[in-house]
Amino acid sequence: MTTKYSKDHEWIAIEGDIGTVGITEHAQEQLGELVFIEVPDVGATFDQGDEACVVESVKAASEVYSPCTGEIVAVNEELADAPTTVNDNAEGDGWMFKIRIADMAELDDFMDEAAYKKYLKEIDE
Amino acid sequence: MGTDPSAAPLKTVPLDSFHRHHGAKMVPFAGYEMPVQYKAGIMTEHTHTRTKAGLFDVSHMGQAWLHGKGAAKALERLVPGDIQGLSNGQCRYTMLTNDDGGIIDDLIITKWEDKLFLVVNAARKDVDLPLIEAGTKGDATLEIIDDRALLALQGPMAAHVMHNYAAPAFHLSFMTAAELHINNIACHVTRSGYTGEDGYEISLPIDDAMEIAEMMESEPDVLPVGLGARDTLRLEAGLCLYGHDIDELTSPIEAGLRWTISKRRREEANFPGAARMLAEIADGPSKKRVGILPEGKAPARDGTAIHVPGGDAVGIITSGGFGPSVGGPVAMGYVPADMAEPGTRLELAVRKNMIPATVVKMPFHPHNYHRD
Repeated sequence: MTTKYSKDHEWIAIEGDIGTVGITEHAQEQLGELVFIEVPDVGATFDQGDEACVVESVKAASEVYSPCTGEIVAVNEELADAPTTVNDNAEGDGWMFKIRIADMAELDDFMDEAAYKKYLKEIDE
Repeated sequence: MGTDPSAAPLKTVPLDSFHRHHGAKMVPFAGYEMPVQYKAGIMTEHTHTRTKAGLFDVSHMGQAWLHGKGAAKALERLVPGDIQGLSNGQCRYTMLTNDDGGIIDDLIITKWEDKLFLVVNAARKDVDLPLIEAGTKGDATLEIIDDRALLALQGPMAAHVMHNYAAPAFHLSFMTAAELHINNIACHVTRSGYTGEDGYEISLPIDDAMEIAEMMESEPDVLPVGLGARDTLRLEAGLCLYGHDIDELTSPIEAGLRWTISKRRREEANFPGAARMLAEIADGPSKKRVGILPEGKAPARDGTAIHVPGGDAVGIITSGGFGPSVGGPVAMGYVPADMAEPGTRLELAVRKNMIPATVVKMPFHPHNYHRD
């Protein structure tokens, strides 16, 4: 399994042709305590960059984009009742959806962990 | 929220270094860099203000003196509130209105022997203050205060904290004021606020604001609180935010602020927009501001369309979000007068979903003012 990161602070853990998607620890920190998460429907299909989820903090609603083209095969139903799971464990229990990746090449531009950490340092400056 | 990225460079408030020292996340608001939250986060800051005390820097707001024996009478040419009837040291919430009965701004006025103390919204002070100066000319003199900061200490423990520094503050009742000394610094203290909680607004010299803010922050019951929680607190308290819930098109009657217009002022009918407001009082306004409780957990935010269940869009949410003390979404907005009764069912267009909602009485969280 490999995990890749986007500049929008999302992660995708790839196993075969299935990617598990969530937001990064950095993203949850920026958002603050989440009060509502709207996950997509299983069976929905997205193009790369489509809005797939909405995460809402007290202050504002933000979008989570689909990292790739594909079909949603599972969603984290528990987030509806416990959105702060994402605050507690953004890159584990706080996963949002699993997507069947149509074209692996779409993820070529994504960063590995080391590159993402370097990117975080850059934007912090 | 009152910000315009194309506008002039952001101004900093006198307590800028206080905010940064306490880990604030700074955001542009009404032309100023302001703390939206500190390290604790909006949820904790909100809850702390409801249970103990929160310290807010609201120095971006406009402060002014209106001097002259005739100031109260002169100001009544611009506002529908009863200003002449105030006793010395009494505060009143009212609004500047235009000839069409719309609201130019809402403000708090404190009456003193030969002057009035005014606090207006940050984003509107450049509109309000010239208007007040011109509108009271000949009978009063406006003095803009730009050398004083404004702090708010809000919450059930606020009076106990103030007692340590300025004992008479403990005995002030809601919407009254006093000139008090804190650490030998002359402060203008009003028992008022924008959270629904007991508390104070403290006007004091900029040069001393840091010392007083640090002193209050060091109290075990006090946490610094940013604009994020200020918004959730006032929303739960059912209080209007200018530019959202009230503006130059909405009248005080539509906004549910009829209580701010006394019998004498209604009879005199000599304030801007009196014709519209009196007609709306007599016949009822066509739309009304109401509290709205969405079902489920999705917040319905400012700009969300309000529908008749299964039918047309008939109104709009003007403030909405998550209410930490309510534990779920709360909103306010305008609906046609015949849909304003508590219990009326609505639907809210939140993204692709139609969310069922109900008109409810405000406040969403009971007020906790110190009245005696």
